[in-house]
Amino acid sequence: MSTPYDIIIGLEVHVQLATESKLFCGCSTKFGAPPNTQTCPVCIGMPGVLPVMNRRAFELSLKTAVAINCEIPRFTKWDRKQYYYPDLPKAYQISQFDLPMSQNGYLEISDPKGQFETKKIGIIRAHLEEDAGKSMHDEVSGKGDSRIDLNRTGTPLLEIVSEPDMRSPAEARAYLTELKLLLNYLEVSDCNMQEGSLRVDANINLHVHTPEGKVATPIVEVKNMNSFRAVERAMTYETGRQWKIWQETGQRLGEMPKQTRGWDENAQITRGQRSKEESSDYRYIPDPDLVPVMTTKEEVEAVRASLGELPAALRSRLEKDFDITFYDADVLVGQGRAVVDYFLDLAKRIGDGKLAANWVQQDVLRVLNERQIGIDEFPVSAEQLSGLLREVQSGNLMTSRAREVLAEMIETGASAADAMKAMGIEQVDDSDLENLCRTLLEANPQAVADLKDGKVKAVGALIGQAKKQNPNVNPNQFRQLCLQLVEQM
Amino acid sequence: MAISREEVNKVALLARLQLSEDELDTMTVQLNDILGYMDLLGEVDTGEVEPMAHPIDLTNVFRDDAARPSLDRDKALANAPKSDGQCYRVPAVLGEN
Amino acid sequence: MSLIEKTATELLDLLGQGELTSVEVTGAFLNRIEAVDSKVKAFLRVDRSSALAQAEAVDERRKAGKKLGRLAGLPVAIKDLLCTEGEVTSCASRILENFAPPYDATVIRKLREADAVLIGKTNMDEFAMGGSNENSAFGPVRNPWDLDRIPGGSSGGAAAAVAGLMAPLSIGTDTGGSIRAPAGLCGVTGMKPTYGRVSRYGLVAFASSLDQIGPLAKTAEDTALLLEILAGHDPADSTSVDCPVPNYTETVTRPLEGLRLGLVREYFGEGLDTEVDAAIREAIKVYESLGAEVKEISLPHSRYAIATYYLIAPSEASSNLARYDGVHYGYRCDLEKMAAELEEERKTLEAAGDQHGLDQMDNGLVRMYRKSRAEGFGAEVKRRIMLGTYALSAGYYDAYYLKALKVRRLISEDFDRAFEKVDLVAGPVTPTPAYKIGEKVDDPLSMYLFDLYTASTNLAGIGGISIPCGFSSTGLPIGLHLQAPPFEEERLLRGASMFQQATDWHTKFPEIAS
Ligand SMILES: [Mg+2]
Ligand SMILES: [Zn+2]
Repeated sequence: MSTPYDIIIGLEVHVQLATESKLFCGCSTKFGAPPNTQTCPVCIGMPGVLPVMNRRAFELSLKTAVAINCEIPRFTKWDRKQYYYPDLPKAYQISQFDLPMSQNGYLEISDPKGQFETKKIGIIRAHLEEDAGKSMHDEVSGKGDSRIDLNRTGTPLLEIVSEPDMRSPAEARAYLTELKLLLNYLEVSDCNMQEGSLRVDANINLHVHTPEGKVATPIVEVKNMNSFRAVERAMTYETGRQWKIWQETGQRLGEMPKQTRGWDENAQITRGQRSKEESSDYRYIPDPDLVPVMTTKEEVEAVRASLGELPAALRSRLEKDFDITFYDADVLVGQGRAVVDYFLDLAKRIGDGKLAANWVQQDVLRVLNERQIGIDEFPVSAEQLSGLLREVQSGNLMTSRAREVLAEMIETGASAADAMKAMGIEQVDDSDLENLCRTLLEANPQAVADLKDGKVKAVGALIGQAKKQNPNVNPNQFRQLCLQLVEQM
Repeated sequence: MAISREEVNKVALLARLQLSEDELDTMTVQLNDILGYMDLLGEVDTGEVEPMAHPIDLTNVFRDDAARPSLDRDKALANAPKSDGQCYRVPAVLGEN
Repeated sequence: MSLIEKTATELLDLLGQGELTSVEVTGAFLNRIEAVDSKVKAFLRVDRSSALAQAEAVDERRKAGKKLGRLAGLPVAIKDLLCTEGEVTSCASRILENFAPPYDATVIRKLREADAVLIGKTNMDEFAMGGSNENSAFGPVRNPWDLDRIPGGSSGGAAAAVAGLMAPLSIGTDTGGSIRAPAGLCGVTGMKPTYGRVSRYGLVAFASSLDQIGPLAKTAEDTALLLEILAGHDPADSTSVDCPVPNYTETVTRPLEGLRLGLVREYFGEGLDTEVDAAIREAIKVYESLGAEVKEISLPHSRYAIATYYLIAPSEASSNLARYDGVHYGYRCDLEKMAAELEEERKTLEAAGDQHGLDQMDNGLVRMYRKSRAEGFGAEVKRRIMLGTYALSAGYYDAYYLKALKVRRLISEDFDRAFEKVDLVAGPVTPTPAYKIGEKVDDPLSMYLFDLYTASTNLAGIGGISIPCGFSSTGLPIGLHLQAPPFEEERLLRGASMFQQATDWHTKFPEIAS
């Protein structure tokens, strides 16, 4: 279906880097400490203190920037972004203005459900900056004043600014999902949105199709979206809202100042936020307390070499080398490196990617989800599971029976063989099987007659009876035997 | 370049200074006086000149990522004009942005 | 010669030989402070008992034969811009009147480790903004040579303390001449080291790319001693340079062989007081008599130094002083009064039906910021914050701030070229001797122009020293200003010392009628 407009979305993502200490001081970055117990004169911005940059924070930024295909300039510096807010104790944020540490990158997104074409989302820049603290309005005292907690102040953030390349809420969500997955693989952030270590702001407007060509509507910045689903919904809501406004007012880009709106999760709508235009004059100034950072080509290449296999490459490898569907590859890679390694181990052992993929997705992941555990805590190793799947491959076990065995293995942590023994599953020896077959044939002349007429289906009933008498009967083996005996009759 | 009283008033808000009407008058006169002198720089041809933000050319100064004990909260809040022993307190920031 | 007239070096010898105890020395200076500082106002805070306690502790450790630091038992005065743990550090501002930092500045730590006695915190221009010391929120410092005149600034208390024999050593800061000018006007020796030579950690920032801590003393030798303690790399200051600190005290008294001295043509034009001019030329003759070769050199961009400096310094200051907002520390206005005031305004506007005015009204938080800062800062600080905020604001950044950063480079390159021809650049430190208190208060620009000869040193980030080189007919000290290439403090000190070995200007002390 085609709409009378294009949706134009750009995303600004703030990622908390996984460092022990803050960007410019030794205070811990651990989440959840009591208010103002993780601050020092430097991050409180007391008179006379000076910042010294955290090497690890820069290294993690560099790693990420390279992974999202950014150019790394030889020279970068830090600037002061100046505005007054009680959670910003220096009244400026140390950030990067005109010479960020990286720019002009991209991230490739694709939709396994095929709603949109695989495409590159441009990345304008990624820069390293410090976080602000937290202001909480005080309902309790009712005195109407706010409480300021500076624990988060000075936490290292990487701000990743995309081009307005996303054309639908689904694309926006896909971009965020892919970016988060990449950051997880790089181990540069825990990306925990609840704890604020990944935050998203969106810029969205419409390009309306008119007789005189496409016309851009005013850009709106949307904040306070605390999940990827919220982003998708907020974008959908804004699309509708902006289309309505356009129809009512015909207002174009530039005809009003950029508007900021907040997503209201309960009401599932965006609400306008008032912002003084004055506050947009940040008076950036190079921070005289910090010195620039120079990065050589060699250093950048060294980082590139150290990145390891990233999600996109991993997906296509799984697709190619284990001939599983892109969808399956996407599900596995989406589970993180550890699950992928489990799958790779299993698939190699049993030499069947499809079978391995099915069991990991349907059985292993189900248990992980039910128990809310990671693959490292899964009681059955890839080696143990491969033992079970070989029984399935050899036809000794039906899939349904194998599932019961797996359940037993998960409970007891036993090997496939032991679990089967414990469940009384063992090979029936050939003479027993033959006796059982003969008695059943004698007891079922009609079946024998049908088989002679070539109605092979009839053997099914016999197999059923056989399994009743001995659940360990291997159906395939039993079928072969019946047919042989009937031949000889 | 001359700066108007209105501009001075705007700058006072940017700088978070409250100026009385009289202060605003004096400030306007004095800033114009000083800025008038600054026009001297117009003489200098700085076409090809790199700005000099630091007096010395230091680069790549880092510290290791090691967490150190933070400041005792009571000490941190000791200088606060208003605190509740846990947080700094200020007039409501709601609506501000 | 009385004890307080002795140099730090002499006092340390006597202390070392057990001829004097630290309690005696400290007591003598404390008595002098009590005798004359009610007139001079060099100190904002002196804690007699704490000073004597520090002195006793040193004496006891000396008696016990314990190893002692380089300045063991010697009193040192501290500019109130430097953070001292648990003690008020006000920067001579109402906004920090009760601020007690929970940390020591790195230089303070070094002084404590050297077993110096911190005798008190000295008066200054508020946040070091000023050249006359009239901008202290707690009253001006007076020049010990003439109590009706300024001591210079911003480290006026630091200079007056040494000149008035209230401390043998004192520490100041220099952003555009704040050590050298008062040293010159008070007749003491004062040095601004190369940017990055001394850690700025704990120095309350005025203009971070220009600020530098430095020593004031009676002689070049004492200056070398104190610099040796203060200098050195500090991991807590990203802009402190990691290069070895020479043993200044060992070399300071060695005259410079084949010294090439540069006289800056542009410094001897109009604006320079004739008596100062004469004194400087006399000083140059002294150097010639000591075998120095004197060359005239040119710093073509020196005439732009003041315009450049008074754009860059206020711009950085507007940023550095933004943190004083009454939220986390420092002065906060009375919120009840504030609320009432806002209510009044609202009523008036509503009565007038002025909707625009109502929309433009500050909310409570913004008004708290504005009122706290308005009540906490003095006139000069506000002026510079306004100037800097304007220079950085949208639409003016390129014309003012960025332009100044470019001219700054040209000024710095002037020095590079000059130092290819000469070893030291010599000239006046101020255009005139100390002027009368109140003389320039209504004319900020003329005050700014007083930094004519010193501001470019900071813009270039190089070192400079001021030494006494004569007196005006009215008996006011005149200072000789020497400047050297980066990290050539040793050359500055030896150049100063060789002059002091040939002259006795630095041995003259003022009569302070008590
Ligand atoms: Mg940001
Ligand atoms: Zn901290």
